[in-house]
Amino acid sequence: MSNILDIISAENIKKDAPKFEIGDTVKVSAKIREGGKERIQIFPGTVIARSGEGANETFTVRRTSFGVGVEKVFPVHSPHIVNIEVERSAHVRRAKLYFLRQRSGRKARLRDRK
Amino acid sequence: MDGLIGKKIGMTQVWGEDGVRIPVTVIEAGPCPVVQVKTAEKDGYDSVQLGWSEQKASRLSKAEVAHCAKAGLEKPVRMLREFKSKSGAEVKPGDIFDVTIFEGGSGYVDVIGTSMGRGFQGVVRRWGFKGGPSTHGGNVKRRPGSIGMRQDPGKIWKNRKMSGHMGARRTTTQNLKIVQVRPEDNVILVRGAVPGPNGGYVIVRKALKKKAVKA
Repeated sequence: MSNILDIISAENIKKDAPKFEIGDTVKVSAKIREGGKERIQIFPGTVIARSGEGANETFTVRRTSFGVGVEKVFPVHSPHIVNIEVERSAHVRRAKLYFLRQRSGRKARLRDRK
Repeated sequence: MDGLIGKKIGMTQVWGEDGVRIPVTVIEAGPCPVVQVKTAEKDGYDSVQLGWSEQKASRLSKAEVAHCAKAGLEKPVRMLREFKSKSGAEVKPGDIFDVTIFEGGSGYVDVIGTSMGRGFQGVVRRWGFKGGPSTHGGNVKRRPGSIGMRQDPGKIWKNRKMSGHMGARRTTTQNLKIVQVRPEDNVILVRGAVPGPNGGYVIVRKALKKKAVKA
C-alpha cells in the first residue's frame, strides 16, 4: 500500500483544475446557496496567495470594493467553484502578495507580464 | 464484533455530497484475528481478544508466541486487546475481522487513543485557570492562587487541580461519523480529530451511545 493519504487526496482533486498563478487578475465563479436557491456569484480580483497542497489547497483573491479591501479564500478543488477565468497576468517576484494590503490606488498596481 | 485495533495515519479532507468540505482522520484498522474468546463460565466475563499487526517471533516472548500459535495464527501478532462481547459463542479463535464491520450500523464510532504528551504544565495551561493580572501591581501572573481553606478543614481536598504532567493518557473521542469505509485499503475515514499523534495506536469501536439505525 502506497501512502493512503496521497491516494485519498488524489481522489478529491479536480483533474481539470484551472491553471492560474500568483498575481493573476481572475474572475472566480462560485456556486452559492441563498435560502434554498442556488446561483453563481462572480468574484473578481487579484490572486495574492496559494496555500496548502493536494486536496487541501486554497487560494486568496483580493479586490477593492467601494474603497474597502475585500479578500476571499477559496478551495482550489471545491465542487462549488465552477470556473476561474484569468484576465491578466502580472510580473511578480514573490509567492505571497500581502504587501498589496498596505497599498491602495496607483501604488497597488502590478506590472503586466509580457 | 464491535471494534478493531488500528493506527492513526493522519488528517486530510474530502468533499461531501453537496460540495461541503469534510475534515477527516484516516485510520488504518485491522485486519484483526481473534486470538482468544473468554466466557463467563471459564473466565468470569465475556470478551473477545483481538490481535493486530504481524510481528517476528524473535521480538516476542515465548508465552506470546505460544498464545498466538494456540489460536491457530500463522504469524504472531504485535498487539492484543480485549473487546466486550455478548455474542461470544459465534466467534472462534482464528476468525479475522476487518473494517467491513463498520459498514451499516449507526454510522458512528468511538476512537480510543493515547493523547499527545505535553510534559509538566502549570495550572493555566493544564486546567484553564485565569492567572493573575499582568499589570496594576499584579504579582501572581500564572500562579494557582489559594488551594484551600484554614484550620477547618485543615487539609487540601483530594483532586485539587494543580500543575503536573499533562497529556499522554488514554483518551476516548465519542461519536465520530464514519465518512468512508475502504475495505481494499483496510482504512476508514472518520469526521473530525482523534487522540494521539500520526502513527499512534488507536482502538476503533462502534459508538456506544448511538443507536443503530434500522434499515
